[in-house]
Amino acid sequence: MNKKLYSKLVFELSHANRSGHGLPDYNYGESDWSLPENLNRKSSLNLPEIDESSAVRHYTNSSNNNFGVDTGFYPLGSCTMKYNPKLNEAMVPRAGVAPLHPMQPADSVQGALRIYHTLATYLAEIGGMSEFTLNPFAGAHGEYTGLMVIKAYHQSRGDEARTKVIVPDSAHGTNPASAAMAGFEIIEVKSLPDGTVDVEDLKSKLDFTVAAVMLTNPNTAGIFERSIPEISDAVHEAGALLYYDGANLNPMLGVARPGDMGFDVMHINLHKTFSTPHGGGGPGAGPVGVRKGLERFLPNPRVYEKADGSLDIEMEEDAFGRVSAWLGNFTVYIKALAYILTLGSDGLAQVGPLATLNANYIMQSLKDLYLLPIDRPCKHEFVFDGLCDKSTGVTTLNIAKALLDYGFHAPTIYFPLLFHESLMIEPTETESLETLDAFIEVMRKIANDASQNPDVIKNAPYETPIAHPDEDEAALNPIVKYSDL
Amino acid sequence: MNPHRYLPQTTEDIKVMLERCGVETIEDLYSDIDPKLRLKQPYDLPTYMSEPEVDRYFGELAKLNREMTIFAGAGYYYHYTPAAIGAILSRSEFQTAYTPYQPEISQGTLQYIFEYQSLMCELTGMDVSNASMYDGATATAEAMIMAVNASKRKRRVLLSATVAPAVAQVCATYASGAGIIMEVIPEDCGVMSREALKEMLEAGDVAAVIVASPNYFGILEDFEGIADLCHAKKALFIMNCHASALGVIRTPGEWGADIACGEAQSLGMPLNYGGPYLGYLCCRKALMRKVPGRIVGATIDASGQRSFVLTLQAREQHIRRQKATSNICSNQGMMTLHAAMYLSLMGAEGLRKVNRLGADAAHALAQKLVATGKASLKYPDKPYLNEFALEISEPYTAERWLAALASKGILGGVQLTESSILIAATEMCSPADVDKYVSIIKSL
Repeated sequence: MNKKLYSKLVFELSHANRSGHGLPDYNYGESDWSLPENLNRKSSLNLPEIDESSAVRHYTNSSNNNFGVDTGFYPLGSCTMKYNPKLNEAMVPRAGVAPLHPMQPADSVQGALRIYHTLATYLAEIGGMSEFTLNPFAGAHGEYTGLMVIKAYHQSRGDEARTKVIVPDSAHGTNPASAAMAGFEIIEVKSLPDGTVDVEDLKSKLDFTVAAVMLTNPNTAGIFERSIPEISDAVHEAGALLYYDGANLNPMLGVARPGDMGFDVMHINLHKTFSTPHGGGGPGAGPVGVRKGLERFLPNPRVYEKADGSLDIEMEEDAFGRVSAWLGNFTVYIKALAYILTLGSDGLAQVGPLATLNANYIMQSLKDLYLLPIDRPCKHEFVFDGLCDKSTGVTTLNIAKALLDYGFHAPTIYFPLLFHESLMIEPTETESLETLDAFIEVMRKIANDASQNPDVIKNAPYETPIAHPDEDEAALNPIVKYSDL
Repeated sequence: MNPHRYLPQTTEDIKVMLERCGVETIEDLYSDIDPKLRLKQPYDLPTYMSEPEVDRYFGELAKLNREMTIFAGAGYYYHYTPAAIGAILSRSEFQTAYTPYQPEISQGTLQYIFEYQSLMCELTGMDVSNASMYDGATATAEAMIMAVNASKRKRRVLLSATVAPAVAQVCATYASGAGIIMEVIPEDCGVMSREALKEMLEAGDVAAVIVASPNYFGILEDFEGIADLCHAKKALFIMNCHASALGVIRTPGEWGADIACGEAQSLGMPLNYGGPYLGYLCCRKALMRKVPGRIVGATIDASGQRSFVLTLQAREQHIRRQKATSNICSNQGMMTLHAAMYLSLMGAEGLRKVNRLGADAAHALAQKLVATGKASLKYPDKPYLNEFALEISEPYTAERWLAALASKGILGGVQLTESSILIAATEMCSPADVDKYVSIIKSL
């Protein structure tokens, strides 16, 4: 990426009477229509006027101020920023779905429906679940969908008293937010010093008012919840269901399946574990799987296989409702399916172990300089609580910014909320030993510089297109569009 | 272990790494997992496929799809996509980035979201836009929740029967989750019944009224005075509009709406069998801190350069957890880049032209179909742009009509009832396509 900022906005390139489109000049003959005067747009429409090459150059220059996985190492904890294979991208046009209207008859979209159905079947195998819907658009949307399935399940049994959802204090912020949107009250359960759920605290909160317990396993500290069989028994004994937040599914590939751990409902982030690009904030996909007995509550519309082997779409009466107009972010499924086929059963089984090895290698290589609050083998990620040397006042934020100067993306910072200076590192399996060593070397240099010359680290970054943007001012006096400038 | 091109660790590398970790095998790193929970047998999935095999796999599936000449809309329109957009969207600097949490190395993403927000405000006549919602349906559902939250105590939301069914169903689902009472305002001759709305508002406790323009039947409803009716009862006025039409029709801002939301797929996004599309949500300034999702703001950096950052994050789930305005996190990022590029390349002139072409084609088709004597306009006195409802005359049925067209490769519309269909046209329907549609119907 460029060190120099390209700061123009497309509006600033506008020049009267330029045009960038290639619309046809069709004449349909009779075109004697007009709208009643009061239905017309009256206000001016100030869109840029720009030729095609200027527009392309503008966005190309702008892209040079961006950092992606293809640019460099992206150890952003809980985000699983693995390499996004190029074959996945190439298969989108290949699959021939671009011109398919979502309301086309099923017999004209059998290829598309087959992609949906196959991916859903494969995810069920990987998750140890009975059935998947792919409809949810993102991880948080999957959480919401899963919780609505749980709500419908309890309601179908006339069990209306279950109004609470239990969430650990180490959970992603989306967990409590999704539960609130689904109309639940949120009960927080504490974590033990080793980062795992306090099972006694959890048990004391389980009763007939609890609808579900949401867990991330391995959790956001990268630690496997080894009490999961005991937790699962207690949750089910209380009549509640166990929800698996699949944000951290990657290290479980080839190792264990949420369904076998006792989870009833789960979501998967295809833009994490299944290598589809995150796109700077989407489109993602958050498929939701359920164990046997819960299938009928999954949202509409549903893809199913008919007796003759063809596929069709149906609206199931018991479904809790509808979370998307159609079948979700369809092209993302093509990419995830290409990834699964390319790795195959054997390749997928190596993903989890290698992701875990990469994470442990970094952890062991840095724990003499960075404070490791939970010193035991991690899974795909781990959390440092800032530097060991606390005397200089160098913070996690300073370390994150200093990393940017060396061509690395920063880890996730100040999350999980278990520690004051959380620095959460997830390398993924697609990084080579050389990349990990280069990162380790830089992290060690930063730690040493922090002790010897803390101001140098505190004032970083120096080499990025912008440095120290005034975020307080941005929130105090919001400028959210060009005409506000 | 055979080397896979996505897995760079060699046997030698693994040895070095295990040594550093102080364990003998990778398996030792999983010793904390109860053996009972471990995967018992290999996944029941296909084995490794090479690049040519994967390519062939999808090529074979593509043959099971049938590309049709599309005269179906119902909120999702087949427009042309300028080739320049695909080229920019494929840039991996944009595509392989995460959420722009580190503004120093994310100015590319932040800048296009800021452009997108600016363009959507321009299009809708609103003050604020967020960084996108998943699709038009969830955008409308979140607008509904936003209005209820802004009202503090009110629980009722009124939704016009002329809003698209899929959007209404998603709203109903979100309402059921959040404990909102959603009621449908009846329709009268293809438009929302004003009398019914007044009565329903009189009953009180209404947080918001949701209408559509163009509505599900393609009709442009007259909302004169509706904003005043809502505001007199302290209800917010929410308009669901498909984005492209806003280049020519009276905007939510001009109608006095408080929130504008809906589907932006019509900004040249490929149909892609339902997604990814783009939900947008814009509002008046007074509601800025109630908005769900991300917002990008402008500021300056230490050396005085204009910079962009995620802002007003105190609304969001990673800060506020269960008290957040929404759970939305990942949204439709790349599709906002698509929208920004589309609107820039089209300009006001292009957007007017694309609307005119669609409307010309739709009106020409409507006149010619009526002239066959086999159908009439379902709502003959209602204004429309590029979509209209057609009542099919006996002995023909909607099913037979659509089947005859489908057998000739034309997706002739979306069935409304046994005897009526919804037909849309865009610049992708050439005059010859229109004539072909009509000739098939003539020979019915």
